[in-house]
Amino acid sequence: MDFFVLMLAIPLVSGALLTIVGERDWAPNLNVVASLGTFLAAVGLTGEIVANGPRFAFGEQFFIDSLNVFFVALTAFVGLTTSIFSGPYMKIERDRGRLTKPRLRLYKSMYQLFMFTMLAALTTNNLGILWVAMEAATLTTVLLVSLYRTPASLEAAWKYFILCGVGIAQALFGTVLLYFAAERVLGATGNALLWTHLVDVKSQLEPTIMALSFIFLLVGYGTKVGLAPLHNWLPDAHAEGPTPVSAVLSGLLLNVALYAILRCKVLADGALPEGYAGNLMIGFGLFTLLVAAFFLSRQKDVKRMFAYSSIEHMGLITFAFGMGGPVANFAGLLHMTMHSLTKSAIFFAVGHATQKTETQLMENIRGLIKINPLIGWGLMLGTLAILGMPPFGVFASEFMILTHAMKHYPWATPILLLALGVAFASIFGKVQAMVFGETTARRLPHAPAIMPVFLHLGIVLMLGLYIPPYLTRWFHEASRMLG
Amino acid sequence: MTPSIPLSAQLINLFAAVILLLAFAMLAQRRMHSLVNLFALQGLALCLATLVAAVTTGQVHLYFSAGLTLLLKVVALPWILYRLVRQLNIKGDVEALINIPTTMLVGIGLVMVAFNVALPISELSHTITRGTLGIALAVIMLAFLMMITRQKAISQVVGFLSMENGLFLAATSATYGMPMVVELGIALDVLVGMIILGVFFFQIRDQFDSLDIRHMEKLKDS
Amino acid sequence: MISVSGFLGQAFAILLALVLAPLLSGWVGQCRAWFQSRSAPPLLLPYYMLQKLFNKEVVLAHNASSLFRAAPFVIFGCMVLACAIVPTLSTDLPFAPSADALALVGIFGLARIFIALAGMDIGTAFGSLGGRREMLIGFLAEPALLMVFFTLAMIAQSTSLATIVETLAHREPVIYPSLAFAGVAFTFVSLAENARVPVDNPATHLELTMIHEAMILEYTGRHLALIEWAASLKLYAYSCLGLALFFPWGIAPGDDILALIAAIPLLLFKLAIGGFLLAGIETINAKMRIFRAPEFLGIAFMLAVLGLLVRLLLEVRV
Repeated sequence: MDFFVLMLAIPLVSGALLTIVGERDWAPNLNVVASLGTFLAAVGLTGEIVANGPRFAFGEQFFIDSLNVFFVALTAFVGLTTSIFSGPYMKIERDRGRLTKPRLRLYKSMYQLFMFTMLAALTTNNLGILWVAMEAATLTTVLLVSLYRTPASLEAAWKYFILCGVGIAQALFGTVLLYFAAERVLGATGNALLWTHLVDVKSQLEPTIMALSFIFLLVGYGTKVGLAPLHNWLPDAHAEGPTPVSAVLSGLLLNVALYAILRCKVLADGALPEGYAGNLMIGFGLFTLLVAAFFLSRQKDVKRMFAYSSIEHMGLITFAFGMGGPVANFAGLLHMTMHSLTKSAIFFAVGHATQKTETQLMENIRGLIKINPLIGWGLMLGTLAILGMPPFGVFASEFMILTHAMKHYPWATPILLLALGVAFASIFGKVQAMVFGETTARRLPHAPAIMPVFLHLGIVLMLGLYIPPYLTRWFHEASRMLG
Repeated sequence: MTPSIPLSAQLINLFAAVILLLAFAMLAQRRMHSLVNLFALQGLALCLATLVAAVTTGQVHLYFSAGLTLLLKVVALPWILYRLVRQLNIKGDVEALINIPTTMLVGIGLVMVAFNVALPISELSHTITRGTLGIALAVIMLAFLMMITRQKAISQVVGFLSMENGLFLAATSATYGMPMVVELGIALDVLVGMIILGVFFFQIRDQFDSLDIRHMEKLKDS
Repeated sequence: MISVSGFLGQAFAILLALVLAPLLSGWVGQCRAWFQSRSAPPLLLPYYMLQKLFNKEVVLAHNASSLFRAAPFVIFGCMVLACAIVPTLSTDLPFAPSADALALVGIFGLARIFIALAGMDIGTAFGSLGGRREMLIGFLAEPALLMVFFTLAMIAQSTSLATIVETLAHREPVIYPSLAFAGVAFTFVSLAENARVPVDNPATHLELTMIHEAMILEYTGRHLALIEWAASLKLYAYSCLGLALFFPWGIAPGDDILALIAAIPLLLFKLAIGGFLLAGIETINAKMRIFRAPEFLGIAFMLAVLGLLVRLLLEVRV
């Protein structure tokens, strides 16, 4: 059986299945099993790619190489742990009366469909399909964000839909322009949007069109990445949706959108003068980093704060890819991985913490370490990791980005240090108060799922201390592809 | 003026201009019902433009595209929107945030920007209808403006769909159509998005007792 | 190079305008009545009106100056001249070189100034109110009209009306998308300039928001007759202009007598349709509040500008 087909089919089929059977006692388990199946298929696929090199699927419509297989593995892994986490989390939400059975059914089926759209977006070779899958990912997550149906969550979902809809429309225009440029070289065939074909002729693509096309693509997909000034939807969607959704939004969706930009950047780099696309990304990245860092200090809602932290890291990663070159690309890819794992771990911990204290306001969350030491330590360690403390992996990638910036873009260093410093000060102070201190919170009716938190943090810690050679090789290969 | 432009190109240009005209009319329109009417008309113009392109180039998938546009943009979506307007009992004027002449002035500015941006690209194009790219960009920007300046959720959606029309115009007229798979996917996304939004409207109304998005400004920083 | 047929054609066109203008007004009134399911007034009502007014004694206000007495003649003269340079039947008009499209706007402007001044001359509240409003409308309508003419001038590479119509009517048919914009803008301007329903109501002088009727409240007898006649000439001029610019088929290309004769029934037919549509527009629209009129004309202006832009983008090949 083909691992690739399995990987796409499992979430799609199980999504449909979960819709049909509805909310049963075993439905959360089915969700986990499906995610596990997807993950195993992804692992199989990864092994296959590592052993045999890039491959196509369904004609030339899908293409898996070392760049996207790395995202696929990451996506499937975080998808699995999030589904494990969401089991107990959603049970508690149901007991507290925030969610009804139909909503839970909606949640699970949409969760699987969301995984499907992301995996399809990652593996497709057709830039048009990439757009379609991204839009579909927006649609599924709109429903997830508005799951609670409170005024605030509806507002967040509405904002999310409209802003991302507008953004993604810009990306479509960029895609149309790209097709316009490609058609002049490849002819009006179905191949003119296939990335593998475009890469072969990228130096022949018309620079005028490509310049405009890349701007539209960057702004369009950048909206989904959360690049400032189009980031407004992100904190709202993260804060008002259920926590597992925040975890996958932050950990995965942003990555996928960034991946789309990377694919387009490779084409733009081929057609345009050196540094055009890179400089655009550097500019957007730095601006995003600064905006997010300064908004961080004003946050009162814990999920909002970590959402802004995601924006900040996305800015940093965009900056890293903007610099280009094997080292910066390596650092960018590593940072994406670290951020995904760490941020979802933090959201898991935060999810349980907010369930315990029944509030998202940080001033009302106190003494987590006394209620549940595991959650408290999980949050603390996760925060330290995301802030770039050694020995966690985020430190390694941030260090690489910083040193590379110092060498090649010295003027950017003060901005980076300032933003990272502000972020550190604002997050650390608030989290410390939440973890330590006095509390009166009750115990939870169900045991929380702590395992994913420490699993993620363990991997991050391991990667900070030691990156296995095959992983290094794999990262290197991917970053070479990005040029 | 070269009189040698073939009739088909002239027709496509004409329809493109009509689409732009309708985009402006939507910007100036105050009443919800007329807004949906204008949207349907815009869809029809788009469908005709695609049809002309299909007849000219003989590409089969453009016929599909035209049919799809007809079904989706002229029949299905306006029907859904009418139903929504009726069921949600939206009455009276669509109140704009900025007064309409100002909006129109900004719109003219946007059109100029769009035309200027598209000009270098149009000159590279080998399709006869290269000018439409600028119009498509202008329609997209006008729709964007409409989304910014309108307060009712439903007119924001009409703006969103009108933006989609502009994109389709860019795809079909400037490049004679994207590959079929992509077009199908886009159409599916639009339809699903619309259905989700339809459900959404009821939820919004239940929660806020209104479709006015002024009520939806609670989520702010600080 | 004034040919005899050209001269005859010119004279005939003016005569036709004088005769047909009141008929057009009557026709529009009749259509309106039909649309509104009222019993229609006779088609020839405007003629009876004119006859009645010419036979009446002129009553002048005590403080009326000579301007008040001169104004009707100036206005009437302006409108006759306007009708003379608009190509109605043929493009071979000896008068045409004397005034191009821009001058036509000027002629309308001159008439407007006189009627507004005459309205203010008496010093009644209504007169000055109407005069002020008329100037407001004119101030907004003129740029839009000019933009329409600019678009057309760009197509024909000339500002002469005869050349423009010649270009549009007798070159190989090309679709000009910009004309769609210009046409809509021109319709808006015509409605405003002729005191038609969305902006003003020609049928009544009982409304406080009236414009045209407010200015001429003090006129009587032959003065009023001239002004009424001038108003219908203005409507006729605008209708013919619209038909000539946007539906130019059938206008005779020069000194072709047969084509000229054939143009007459066609013109009547087109005018009948135009009047019918005008009545339709007036019926389905409600008169807007006076402060909405700037918005209405603003839209006309924007459309005209848009027409110009579309012309630049779509039709001009560099």
